[in-house]
Amino acid sequence: MTDSKYFTTTKKGEIFELKAELNSDKKEKKKEAVKKVIASMTVGKDVSALFPDVVNCMQTDNLELKKLVYLYLMNYAKSQPDMAIMAVNTFVKDCEDPNPLIRALAVRTMGCIRVDKITEYLCEPLRKCLKDEDPYVRKTAAVCVAKLHDINAQLVEDQGFLDTLKDLISDSNPMVVANAVAALSEIAESHPNSNLLDLNPQTINKLLTALNECTEWGQIFILDCLANYTPRDDRESQSICERVTPRLSHANSAVVLSAVKVLMKFMEMLPKDLDYYGTLLKKLAPPLVTLLSAEPELQYVALRNINLIVQRRPEILKHEMKVFFVKYNDPIYVKLEKLDIMIRLASQANIAQVLAELKEYATEVDVDFVRKAVRAIGRCAIKVEQSAERCVSTLLDLIQTKVNYVVQEAIVVIKDIFRKYPNKYESVIATLCENLDSLDEPEARAAMIWIVGEYAERIDNADELLESFLEGFHDESTQVQLQLLTAIVKLFLKKPTETQELVQQVLSLATQDSDNPDLRDRGYIYWRLLSTDPVAAKEVVLAEKPLISEETDLIEPTLLEELICHIGTLASVYHKPPSAFVEGSRGVQHKRLPGSAGSGESADSPDTGSAAGVSEAPPAVIPSQGDLLGDLLNLDLTPPTTSGPPPAPSSGMQMGAMDLLGGGLDSLMGDESEPPPVPQRTDTPQSPQLSHQSPSPPDYSPTELGGDLGGSPAMGAGFGAPPTAMPASFPPPVSGGLDDLFDLGGSVGMPMGAYSPPKSIWLPAMKAKGLEISGTFARRAGVIQMEMTLTNKAMSIMTDFAIQFNRNSFGLAPAGPLQVLTPVGPNQSIEVALPLSTVGPVMKMEPLTNLQVAVKNNIDVFYFSSQYPISMLFVEDGKMERQVFLATWKDIPNDNEAQFQIKDCHLNSDAASSKLQGSNVFTIAKRTVEGQDMLYQSMKLTNGIWVLAELRVQAGNPNYTVSLKCRAPEVSQCVFQSYEAMLKN
Amino acid sequence: MYMHVLVLICRNYKGDVDMAEIDHFMPLLMQHEEEGLLCPVLSHGSVHFMWIKHSNLYLVATTNKNSNASLVYSFLYKLVEVFTEYFKELEEESIQDNFVVVYELLDELMDFGFPQTTDSKILQEYITQEGAKLEVAKSKVPTTVTNAVSWRSEGIKYKKNEVFIDVIESINVLVNANGSVMSSDIVGSIKLKTMLSGMPELRLGLNDRVLFALTGRDKGKTVTMEDVKFHQCVRLSRFESDRTISFIPPDGESELMSYRINTHVKPLIWIESIIEKFSHSRVEIMVKAKGQFKKQSVANNVEVRVPVPSDADSPKFKTSTGNAKYVPEKNMVVWTIKSFPGGKEFLMRAHFGLPSVENDELEGKPPITVKFEIPYFTVSGIQVRYMKIIEKSGYQALPWVRYITQSGDYQLRTNV
Repeated sequence: MTDSKYFTTTKKGEIFELKAELNSDKKEKKKEAVKKVIASMTVGKDVSALFPDVVNCMQTDNLELKKLVYLYLMNYAKSQPDMAIMAVNTFVKDCEDPNPLIRALAVRTMGCIRVDKITEYLCEPLRKCLKDEDPYVRKTAAVCVAKLHDINAQLVEDQGFLDTLKDLISDSNPMVVANAVAALSEIAESHPNSNLLDLNPQTINKLLTALNECTEWGQIFILDCLANYTPRDDRESQSICERVTPRLSHANSAVVLSAVKVLMKFMEMLPKDLDYYGTLLKKLAPPLVTLLSAEPELQYVALRNINLIVQRRPEILKHEMKVFFVKYNDPIYVKLEKLDIMIRLASQANIAQVLAELKEYATEVDVDFVRKAVRAIGRCAIKVEQSAERCVSTLLDLIQTKVNYVVQEAIVVIKDIFRKYPNKYESVIATLCENLDSLDEPEARAAMIWIVGEYAERIDNADELLESFLEGFHDESTQVQLQLLTAIVKLFLKKPTETQELVQQVLSLATQDSDNPDLRDRGYIYWRLLSTDPVAAKEVVLAEKPLISEETDLIEPTLLEELICHIGTLASVYHKPPSAFVEGSRGVQHKRLPGSAGSGESADSPDTGSAAGVSEAPPAVIPSQGDLLGDLLNLDLTPPTTSGPPPAPSSGMQMGAMDLLGGGLDSLMGDESEPPPVPQRTDTPQSPQLSHQSPSPPDYSPTELGGDLGGSPAMGAGFGAPPTAMPASFPPPVSGGLDDLFDLGGSVGMPMGAYSPPKSIWLPAMKAKGLEISGTFARRAGVIQMEMTLTNKAMSIMTDFAIQFNRNSFGLAPAGPLQVLTPVGPNQSIEVALPLSTVGPVMKMEPLTNLQVAVKNNIDVFYFSSQYPISMLFVEDGKMERQVFLATWKDIPNDNEAQFQIKDCHLNSDAASSKLQGSNVFTIAKRTVEGQDMLYQSMKLTNGIWVLAELRVQAGNPNYTVSLKCRAPEVSQCVFQSYEAMLKN
Repeated sequence: MYMHVLVLICRNYKGDVDMAEIDHFMPLLMQHEEEGLLCPVLSHGSVHFMWIKHSNLYLVATTNKNSNASLVYSFLYKLVEVFTEYFKELEEESIQDNFVVVYELLDELMDFGFPQTTDSKILQEYITQEGAKLEVAKSKVPTTVTNAVSWRSEGIKYKKNEVFIDVIESINVLVNANGSVMSSDIVGSIKLKTMLSGMPELRLGLNDRVLFALTGRDKGKTVTMEDVKFHQCVRLSRFESDRTISFIPPDGESELMSYRINTHVKPLIWIESIIEKFSHSRVEIMVKAKGQFKKQSVANNVEVRVPVPSDADSPKFKTSTGNAKYVPEKNMVVWTIKSFPGGKEFLMRAHFGLPSVENDELEGKPPITVKFEIPYFTVSGIQVRYMKIIEKSGYQALPWVRYITQSGDYQLRTNV
């Protein structure tokens, strides 16, 4: 007879029957009943009503029955916390049972009962079990500490369990050590600032010893823990590597990957000329290749990681191309990943083979796979110059197949090939044009339009081709619209006589009839450019484009480094930092690779990792968003096959807009040492109309444009009727525009003084039964203080004050109790200063600097929230080395840059610098360019985040510009607010 | 993290993922399957699902942290292994029939998301299907659970002490349509069936080139193993330092080690094929198979599988030896040759009709695959030189060695 019978009783009144059976005197009947209950629970029925009856069965000497009752308890205790208390006695008793299986079972189950009241009773039994003579009980108890910490972290700390857990790392039994390590790592993860896993050479040695003896899973825990350690020097690094390498021969893929992680990380510290370094590189290849014979899911994880590894250290697998050839029966996700790696490993030496394979794949049936294979051919062309010709002819062959998606994909990559080898393969344009009608995907249409615009002068009927797209302009996707706009403008600049009508048409479609701000803005900019200075327009729009880089989808180096530290984990599978997909991990410090040997730089210097990086700096991804110049040059087609997500989410519209006007226009026009033309002209609202009448700029040469542009009445008419919306969206001076945007951005934020803002009322007496609290924050001698005035506006005395903070973005917490020693009488006030630490629990707040506070007195508990100026968190050692600053500035992606304006500030740059220095904003360098002072500044937050700033001060101009760069762009807004407050007070 | 076998059974090891989250799994999976973007990791909000499929069951692990993904998949496969050893078949019924044991196992296998004891032999010592009665003798924790030697119990006794060693090499080959070998490698595996008493210490000697170089010996043929993977019983650091394979073996059957050899091997059975497709009328297939191995050896149970279009009909075959059979559900012809001596060459011709109305669905280009077994022979030339067995009682034990070479992933692409 099997257990399945328990699933079949689904009659009504079942609960009642079960109740009777549970209370039966017969042991067998009881057990049967409990089994039925568990079966019901398993299929999702609510049997919580039987709680007291099931708990009554707990006191049994039948192990199987006991396990079932415990299982029931774990499931329902949370919903019935009061009744769960009934079980406590049995638990405590079971923890002393002579049978270790029962002791372990009890302590394991108790930890799974997430009821606060029970956890208190758990402490004593747990303490005993942690010292139990049987290792099976100890290893179970070790895990239980982590469980308890998850429920009540404070309790675990107060009871000293963490120390006991640390002691277990020296336990004689390897399994106990492994579980203690696992538990500590788990706890440390939720406590980023704690020094829990205080790893030192002694503990490392113990871990390495246990590594040889424990189970495969234990080895993974230990290796993952080792990966967090930073060796003191290359010698230590090497000796750890030597002891970890044998793990590469383990049959369990997860052990191998965790070992690879440790080795990849510690290898950073080894000097490259060391023999051992070469040996280690050689040792890494075979196990990585063997991972490809594991189960498909494990292969997938391995391939995602190999993708990272070949980007970081291409030399490891450069001879292993063949193992990545796709097999017919590989699952699609494995096929796609293999393709990606094949392209990364493609080189002159193996390109012939690779191309033959790719051509084979391009005739398969799986659409996604075929598309990727076609793209891969294009990428090979771009990567290996010698193969370009062969790739192009392969692509043309594929276009001849007329398979719709193959053709489209081929056109997209051919566009990239044109970018890389301009004026080399134009002969194929005719073939491409033949396929114009079959293109129905935006990306392919956009690519084709780009090609037509770019080579307009060679395509006789370019205007017809483009016009045909224009008919359905509003049905096209934004990508195609933008492309069409630019292509027609290019065409116009190349063949102005025949295409005026076309360009007017597209400009009006883009500006008047479109709701899309990007399209409108680009339309206006072209319009303005064409109407004010056609020569400049030509220079800008038809400028020589930077060549496309070899690898267009490399992971940004800092992210890559972080991902290398997460080999084997989900982060390495997603190619995203954990903070992007794990809730509550925002404040957690990003993992970095250790610096290279002998660099002498401290570990927290953000530059060390990249200094040790690959010798040639990987070329940047296609121009960053918000780069107006790039936009105008029309380089914004999606890079080919972006497999990974964009490095970091851009900080939203507001930031992009500011950058567009601030940085974009500056770089567009700033190079000419004359004032930008736009503001000059815009003092007349109808400015575009004036364009053709205004005197030509010095370098204006009408002949170049066929003499038609400058003063032709037709042109005048064309550009002279701007849509009415135009003046509004193009307000006179550029700075005005910025101010407008900036006002949207929230300069009206919180009221705040300078270094220490004046006290404001946080908690009005009305809301707090007569207690009024006003206060401020200050940083005094390196200590953050919360300075408060407590006023008693009630009729009775207030005593017993205490304070607590909610979790907050930077882990602020009271460093001691609130010192209110005397009772506060009616109408009395008392001043208190509460020193704060930054080692409390972290949770990202909105706004970032929000602090939720609870204050208690003899009357009640009151809650309020306040915001602290982020400058409170600037630490005293926030001055960065010049070189490091430079490298870091470059290293941080442009997406993370934020620009702000500070209005009405009347300090000169030196005064500003010294004022900021008082708040730990350090000026590292100063540069004066054409009367404009640029101050380069750095500051460091208590959690180790660096913020880099460039402050531009123009003599006589009360408006400053601050550009902030930070790896955590969320803080920029707060930092800016602090800048404003510091400078103005 | 919690385990979930459909909605059959689940165990929430931590309280951090809501049990209801699993309801999102199936729709999500379906959606991805439809879009052809199947992926072993799926996510819904902040919850990530990592799943594997075993017959008709999905084993799903969920997490909301940055978990070690390779650990999760290894564990899921281990789970399948353990359940299969307990219940023979892992399927819906076996879970329902044994749900009490399943719960017990899930508890022992993992605690709070940390995998614990996953060796089914050891688990069977204290979790049994009859339901453990609380007899003092039986309910002790086997010391093995937490021992450094966690894979072998003490007190094993055999009347006759023997070890059977199987050396099995699988050949993976990928041949291009124009007949060039794209990649080939050998994956070898050494399996043990241990029937030894007590706690024996074993040492295995192979003709490993690195070992020979270390000891300065250079007579006879040696083999270079690219990458070696060992069962957890083998002392890895010992192997790393002096290439000695020393271990205390698990009882019964186990895979001691596996290795990969990258050297270019001649495909043992070479296939030349001409497949001609005349649209709307017929397909003609000619396949020539040649045994490229020693004349004394014989390949057994050779199967050459040739793909045919899914709409082919009225098969006709002619073979110089063996049997050809049309397997319409797999769209292939299977040509079976029971015994295929080295150096010989055989021929098969097949003829199929094609319908005049063509199937417009695109079909892939499946390769020709070959299966075979050649006993008493290893392609790499690997040899077991000795197996030393030392046990403190001093018994005499006999090692038996058997060699076999077989096809692994053996694919030859075709032109059609």
